[in-house]
Amino acid sequence: MTTVPAGLVAAAAAFPEVEFESVLGDTVARASRDEVVGLLEAVRDAGFELFIDLCAVDYLSRNPRFDIAVNVVSVSQSLRLRVLVGIPGTDPQMPTVSSVYPGSNFYEREAFDLFGIEFSDHPDMTRILLPDDWEGHPLRKDIPVGSVPVQFKGANKAR
Amino acid sequence: MARPSSSPNLVTAVLDKAVHWAQTRSMWPASFGLACCAIEMMATGAAHNDLSRFGMEVFRASPRQADLMIVAGRVSQKMAPVLRQVYDQMADPKWVISMGACASSGGMFNNYALVQGVDQVVPVDIYVPGCPPGPQSLMHGILSLQEGIKAGEIVR
Amino acid sequence: MSNPPDLVPGEPDASSEDRPSPESESRRSVHDLWLSGTEAPRELGPFTDEGAQEMLAGESPELLASQTGTLVDDDYEVSSRSADDELQIINMGPQHPATHGVLRLHLELDGETIRRVKPIIGYLHTGMEKTAEALTFMQGSTNVTRMDYLSPLHNELGYSLAVEKLLEVEVPPRAAAIRVLMSELNRIASHLLWCATSGFDIGALSMMIYGLRERESLLEFFEKTTGLRMNHNYIRPGGVAADLPPDWREDMVSIIAIVEAGLADYVTLLLGNPIFIERTRGVGILTHDECLAYGVTGPVARASGVDYDVRKVFPYSGFEQYDFEVPTTTNGDVYDRFLIRFEEIRQSIRIVKQVVETIPDGDYRTEDRKVTPPPRARIDESMEALIHHFKIFTEGFKVPAGETYQAVESSRGELGMYLVSDGGSKPWRLHVRGPSFANVQSLPMMLADSLIADTVAALASADPVMGDVDR
Repeated sequence: MTTVPAGLVAAAAAFPEVEFESVLGDTVARASRDEVVGLLEAVRDAGFELFIDLCAVDYLSRNPRFDIAVNVVSVSQSLRLRVLVGIPGTDPQMPTVSSVYPGSNFYEREAFDLFGIEFSDHPDMTRILLPDDWEGHPLRKDIPVGSVPVQFKGANKAR
Repeated sequence: MARPSSSPNLVTAVLDKAVHWAQTRSMWPASFGLACCAIEMMATGAAHNDLSRFGMEVFRASPRQADLMIVAGRVSQKMAPVLRQVYDQMADPKWVISMGACASSGGMFNNYALVQGVDQVVPVDIYVPGCPPGPQSLMHGILSLQEGIKAGEIVR
Repeated sequence: MSNPPDLVPGEPDASSEDRPSPESESRRSVHDLWLSGTEAPRELGPFTDEGAQEMLAGESPELLASQTGTLVDDDYEVSSRSADDELQIINMGPQHPATHGVLRLHLELDGETIRRVKPIIGYLHTGMEKTAEALTFMQGSTNVTRMDYLSPLHNELGYSLAVEKLLEVEVPPRAAAIRVLMSELNRIASHLLWCATSGFDIGALSMMIYGLRERESLLEFFEKTTGLRMNHNYIRPGGVAADLPPDWREDMVSIIAIVEAGLADYVTLLLGNPIFIERTRGVGILTHDECLAYGVTGPVARASGVDYDVRKVFPYSGFEQYDFEVPTTTNGDVYDRFLIRFEEIRQSIRIVKQVVETIPDGDYRTEDRKVTPPPRARIDESMEALIHHFKIFTEGFKVPAGETYQAVESSRGELGMYLVSDGGSKPWRLHVRGPSFANVQSLPMMLADSLIADTVAALASADPVMGDVDR
């Protein structure tokens, strides 16, 4: 197991199932969706108080299909941490992180809006970027970009 | 304001010219800056390239007081009904300039989220290309609109 | 805590109310969460209904208490309620002269005091993250540059750094120095524009006219170097698109002189003005812990005492070799944010001067021909150059599979790029962490129990750019 930064040793010990690794200089932890809220609480108490980002990725042919990446920073220790959670495509839901980091509220709504991943116990699980009556979740990989064919003036002229 | 008539006799022709001339002087734009083009629109109104010499530096917040709507920026699907409502609230005669590539045709974003060309929502008089069009391009567009009105080609 | 502005005597509810201090956390809890379902549908007549995110005034004080499950402080609530109260809802935007783009705010008012704020975003959603998956890595910076359209070079820099991290290529030191120079000039331009629009919103109409004047000199330099005034597509994976023009040092000298003179003007115009001080001191306060919890970064966080600047904490592109300070204050109000941004302009000028003195000679892009196209003249001479050029511009260069997160300090805060590649020539997923997304989320906290007239000042000081928020 790669060396865990000093600030995370306690959290790593409390969650032995979680794998910590170093990817291209970033510290990455992979957790399951049952333990992610607990892990983030431990991480926040260890000094990682600045919430940065929560986003979803759709690895279409992989199982689990989706990944949720949570980025947090410890200002006092100058460390970054990325927590990855795998979400299956057949059951796209996850407990909300907003009880630990209130700033993830809008980010979880965006993940729901664009990917269809629901966050249970989220205070306001509604669409945020697209109109409320939009159907579908456009950033999923099985949905095309939605381009319209563009006709150019010279298209029908004989070359 | 008298509607320009279509039958060509001397009195109404002179009246038409006067009406058209008056319509182009101090045409007040409604502020509809959406994205990057809005910044260039602000730069056109600022000191360096001065829209005030055409009487147009007052960007009216209320569409009821505006003659010209410069749609500056990309119009998303969520924004399109708002755009239409603001256009409907403007009083006649009104003109629309579609500023930039995104407003004219969807620009580089040919995808699910944008209306591909604001002329799907409102009738457009002048399209100004560019991403974003510099202040000189926008001014050329505005002056072309004024020329078109004075020549009687753009009738509202 | 600075002096609170004097309220008009005779005001029914607010005359005895203290200006909120940063320490009173309990009062803040009223505005923590906005639950949907606390609004009831209502007949509001024919109007545009592009979103069902309507709201209805809460009908009783218990509603607010029930939102958070905590009791609202009794004295505060009872004394400020009149007999037949009904909270009024004002809708600000999306088309509004002072919302800095297409931001829609629902403000629930009790008289002049704001009870709840609900920001509604999405009016500029352009699907850029989906478009990024359809463009090659070389074309990616054209897309990304239009997100935060006031600091386009910061977007491009973050994207290029993320791609280079996955490619594991190093850019030459001259390219890194050029990137630092351009991004600091962009920071100056962005802060000048912010100053102009914020001053305009607060009521100093002349700020708009003066503020854009200095920016024109910067845009002229950008046009000379990159080809465009905005949305430059200049910083690309592998380096920059072209070298600096031959007389750039003279341009820097004149730009610095112009900006410093203008800055002295603005400081005189704004910071000493008693009306400005009254409108901005103690307004729009965000505490240190709220900033951390909501992910607020940039000048807004530094005004609240969060000493976090990505250039210092996680340096990139050679920032560690330049000597500059990161200003922080502790009050967390609008006045402090003005102070901080003015100081940041001065520090950026300091960095620009250092780059002018220490920039090394060399290549402006990496030599790796798989990543950067060969010089145009070589295409006539060499077959490999022609093939590389062809492959790069049609298919694009392939980036090894992996995922990475790279952040830069944009004028608004931490701008992060989360890039996932599957080994092909187009990104598998590009997620942009825009700083304004988190800053807009903190608006309800900033505006808690303010007067409605403070909305514009607080919103202006948060400097949201809707392209960043909605992408």
